[in-house]
Amino acid sequence: MSEVQMIKRSPAEQSLSQRRAKESMRSQIAMFALMIFLTLVSFSMVFAHLNDVAGFSKFFVIPTLFLFAAVQVGLQLYYFMHMNEKGHGVPQMFMFTGAMLGFLIPLTFVTIVWW
Amino acid sequence: MSSVAQKSGFGATLWDWLTTVDHKKIGILYLLGGLFFFVLGGIEAMIIRLQLITPNNDLVSAGLFNDLITMHGTTMIFLAAMPILFGFMNAIMPLQIGARDVAFPFINSLGFWMFAFGGLFLNISWLFGEVPDAGWTSYASLSLHSPGHGVDFYAIGLQIAGGGTLMAGINFLVTIINMRAPGMTYMRMPLFTWTTFVASAMILFAFPPLTVGLFFLTFDRMFSGNFFDHTMGGNTIIWEHIFWIFGHPEVYILILPAFGIFSEIFSVFSRKRLFGYTAMVFATVLIGFLGFMVWAHHMFTVGLGPTANAIFAVATMAIAVPTGVKIFNWLLTIWGGSIKVTTPMLYALGFIPSFVMGGVTGVMQGAAPLDYQLHDSYFIVAHFHYVIVGGVVLAIFAGLHYWWPKMFGTILNEFLGKITFVFFFIGFHLTFLIQHWLGFWGMPRRVWTFMDGQGWNLANFISTIGALLMAIGFTVMVINIIMTTVKNERVGNDPWGDGRTLEWAIPSPPPFYNFPATPLIRGLDTLWVEKMEGSKEMITPAEPITDIHMPHGSIIPMLMSLGLFIAGFGAMFHQETSWGLGVLIFGLAFTFVTMATRSVKDDLGYYVTKEQILQDQENFKRGRN
Ligand code: HEM
Ligand SMILES: [Cu+2]
Repeated sequence: MSEVQMIKRSPAEQSLSQRRAKESMRSQIAMFALMIFLTLVSFSMVFAHLNDVAGFSKFFVIPTLFLFAAVQVGLQLYYFMHMNEKGHGVPQMFMFTGAMLGFLIPLTFVTIVWW
Repeated sequence: MSSVAQKSGFGATLWDWLTTVDHKKIGILYLLGGLFFFVLGGIEAMIIRLQLITPNNDLVSAGLFNDLITMHGTTMIFLAAMPILFGFMNAIMPLQIGARDVAFPFINSLGFWMFAFGGLFLNISWLFGEVPDAGWTSYASLSLHSPGHGVDFYAIGLQIAGGGTLMAGINFLVTIINMRAPGMTYMRMPLFTWTTFVASAMILFAFPPLTVGLFFLTFDRMFSGNFFDHTMGGNTIIWEHIFWIFGHPEVYILILPAFGIFSEIFSVFSRKRLFGYTAMVFATVLIGFLGFMVWAHHMFTVGLGPTANAIFAVATMAIAVPTGVKIFNWLLTIWGGSIKVTTPMLYALGFIPSFVMGGVTGVMQGAAPLDYQLHDSYFIVAHFHYVIVGGVVLAIFAGLHYWWPKMFGTILNEFLGKITFVFFFIGFHLTFLIQHWLGFWGMPRRVWTFMDGQGWNLANFISTIGALLMAIGFTVMVINIIMTTVKNERVGNDPWGDGRTLEWAIPSPPPFYNFPATPLIRGLDTLWVEKMEGSKEMITPAEPITDIHMPHGSIIPMLMSLGLFIAGFGAMFHQETSWGLGVLIFGLAFTFVTMATRSVKDDLGYYVTKEQILQDQENFKRGRN
């Protein structure tokens, strides 16, 4: 039976991985803050719209909400699901391909079947 | 298949094949299953051609003729061409990347059994006498009104087989992404592995639409749905879109592995590195992407409007560019090579002009205004047979000769192989070249018979003669296979003598764990690199020989597929019989129970000991095995 091998990290490796972890933690917290901020802005926009604040028309609020949503999905994928790290090229390619097809095909249906 | 000689009875052998999770055995199963359906589809084709040999013929009735063309197309695409290609992928791709098996051996076996039961389901329709008859495209405006259970067999049979295909595709993807040996970077993968990769990615995106479409069809026909019924607010055109969103990528799923097979063959038998490897890879990926952007070229005459037609026409023509890149690279691979015209090479040489002709007619049809003239005529029949027979089938025959030694340990007779080629190649052009003109002269596709005096008689006669020649060629090939198997003369690792990729560095057939030690890949054409350095072992190991962990076989995949097969009959008969619903529920429950069993019961696998591996090595060296 093959044995499980234990390989000790050298001190240099240890400190490198600690630094990496710290950096990753910092960026995650920063992004978390940004996401909360975006969420707050989104809610305030909707409130502003509901209370008829000038300038917050439907045509401004809805596209902006979509934009924020897209940004949040990106942040989520890249910072919390680690897509910004190395070795995620293939999953990225498949996700983007899928997203592209998932967008283009309904678009053609909307334009040439149902319009 | 361990090298320790073990006499085992018929029962044990059968059990071994029913439960195997070894990618090489599953490859053989796919190959044999596919060849079986290839013969079936071939017989259907012969009857079609015999019916059309003279005007006003009544060899078969009009209804039977519709059954025949539908089953011919469906069988050839889903049950013959794809499984045979999967057979090669299974048997060869893991060897090319230095893996011990595919990523999910269990799912691999499940994929095969779903294909087998799906194919069986589809063809049982012949016994019921209610056969799918709405064409392989099964347009909803026809299929919803087809009486009897024929189209139900199509919808459910393809659903089951298609599920198997999806699993096979995902399995290949994960295998290639995760199981490459050390040093096997993406840009060192042999082209057959690359095309397997891209074709599998296309399966991943193209088969779910088919699944959805077939479910809609199933609901419309068997569960009073109205997805495609315009009188109830449905839309019959949606089936066409969904089918072709799957269908066009599907034709590239077929042709890309064929390209891969020919790329290997050209380079081996020109004894040169493949010209423009990087461009070849790029072209393959580009074809994969573009393949999804052109489906509406099958629907130019539906009335999508000039804008949509123009967009899809341009996209369609764009595909010809990467395809052309490939053609030129193959030509430049042959150019200045030291060419050895073996049977596989002969097929490869025959492929280039044949496929180019199919590509050119494709671009013609891609011009929307011209397609108004060509659509639904024999010209279309000529086009797709030029690409599918002149491309995919020639590749299958070439691959069969090329990899037969690796899969079975014997080599097919070269002389008979060349006879097959001559008959098949001449027969193929005789059958389909003239059909272009039949199209120009106005003969519509899918007609049961035609009247005298339209100038179609001679052309149809010639076409039928060609089909007979193809049948003769194929028969010679079957004889060749039988003779070779009976003679059973064993061959060594690299029977062609010029193998460049890793599969030729190990015994034929390889031991069930493939590589005693995972190999280290030191360049494109791994084996060639070793050969040029005069290395004796032909493989640089990346690790010392240790015990190898292997999975156990399992009967569960077969039982799972059997459950779906049973459920299919339930779904089909639930409206008119009282037992239908019960059978449907029983079949699905059966499948769920087998799934649960699989989840609960862990397969811990077993170890092949180092001693046995060393012993095997010793035996291979002494040439016993
Ligand atoms: C240069 C590349 C190609 C182009 C531009 C092309 C274009 C087309 C077009 C426009 C049609 C629709 C014609 C009509 O129904 O009016 C068509 C049909 C077809 N093509 Fe191609 N094609 C190409 C390559 C291929 C390949 C490689 C395959 C398969 C291996 C293939 C298989 C088919 C099939 C099966 C049909 C008929 C489907 C049916 O209606 O039953 N084509 N092609
Ligand atoms: Cu197409």
